[in-house]
Amino acid sequence: MRPAPFEYFAPRTVEGALDLLAHHGGDAKLLAGGQSLVPMMNMRLVRPAVVVDLNRVGGLADVREEAGGLRLGALVRQHALERDARIAAAAPLLAEAAPLIGHLQTRARGTVGGSLVHADPAAELPACMIALDAVFHLRSRLGQRACGARDFFRGLLATALEPDELLVEIEVPAAPAPRTGHGFAEVARRHGDFALAGACAVLALDAGGVCRHARLVIFGAGDAPHLARAAAALIGERPAAARLVEAGRAAAGEIDPRGDLHATAEYRRRIAAGLAARALGRAAARAEAA
Amino acid sequence: MTVRSGSPAHDIAVIVNGTERRARVIPRLLLADVLREEWGLTGTHLGCEHGACGACTVLLDGEPTHSCLVFAVQADGGRVDTVEGLAGDGPGLHPLQEAFRTRHALQCGFCTPGILMTLVAYLRLHPAPSEPEIRETLSGNLCRCTGYQHIVQAALDAAATGRAAAASA
Repeated sequence: MRPAPFEYFAPRTVEGALDLLAHHGGDAKLLAGGQSLVPMMNMRLVRPAVVVDLNRVGGLADVREEAGGLRLGALVRQHALERDARIAAAAPLLAEAAPLIGHLQTRARGTVGGSLVHADPAAELPACMIALDAVFHLRSRLGQRACGARDFFRGLLATALEPDELLVEIEVPAAPAPRTGHGFAEVARRHGDFALAGACAVLALDAGGVCRHARLVIFGAGDAPHLARAAAALIGERPAAARLVEAGRAAAGEIDPRGDLHATAEYRRRIAAGLAARALGRAAARAEAA
Repeated sequence: MTVRSGSPAHDIAVIVNGTERRARVIPRLLLADVLREEWGLTGTHLGCEHGACGACTVLLDGEPTHSCLVFAVQADGGRVDTVEGLAGDGPGLHPLQEAFRTRHALQCGFCTPGILMTLVAYLRLHPAPSEPEIRETLSGNLCRCTGYQHIVQAALDAAATGRAAAASA
């Protein structure tokens, strides 16, 4: 099928995009990589009267290294996460998760910001951003505000983004300690499919090998990525394998997965426990090796 | 709600396989549509029309892209490469096409243009891929004749040919 008719604008500046958004309100849709929006338009599940294409807005695809961490423009393509050495060095979790996002074609066009604002519960990037404690910078004509990744995702395809706001930049803070490790694990039926469930973790150890920072996120098994409270139990301990398995099981106990054609709720909970333990295990091994 | 009377047309100019092409397009026209309907480049096939089958893959500014998920107006000022441009002006085939012929890596051929364009982009960056890497790369290209064995073999052959050519150059 083909999309319903719409009016097309390709502003050159963020201000231009915000003006269009303010003027057209709910009739307008922002177009970034189009890997979710255009299929929905082709199937006429979404029929915006106005499309504001962000691809010609200057400066939205910049990658910047700063003292406090990494700054990713919202229009950075997903394949940049796999290719850009600065991203691999500053946020290796993103580099590890990126190849699992869709297919080659999806990542070549799809953007980091687009995935975040679309907020598919099975998407990799929202979960990673919560694990990394990233901060999203949102702009409207009224000003700019910062929103922590943890507070941004509100539910199924729902975020804290207001209709007149644009996600302009993602700030990924520097690793919490020199000995920081990350882990990512997911189960999908085929490569590139949405995950049936997944988990990612960031652990930091002190010089003595004691855990000082632990964040674990389970995704694909609920309406939004879930920051597991169970990870807190690891702080102050050495991350022994048995403790990580226990934490994974406890984290899976916090989620309320749905069953569907692809997997039952019980199956999702079981693999979530295993995937959480695996992500924690990889994070611990990397932190220990660092 | 905005009245949908107007979706004004846009004039676009795109370098397609090295030649500038122009068209006047309404915004909802997909890149695949303008390639096929306006410019007669029917080698780009449309299967699923929502980015799942990969048949419509072309290179947009050098990157493998679902041409069913890009509006033609977005390609204005850009460069598009399609399967028609692979072999260049010479009489022969592109080495990847040659490998597909030798290995019988197609049955009905519907998925072939998308697979060729995906692999061309991939092999450019990864001249020595493993078999699992090729299979992963092709995860976004569906072949319903299930000819993957031969497709993967052809891709590996073409990669080896490419490396040999690079070594002797």
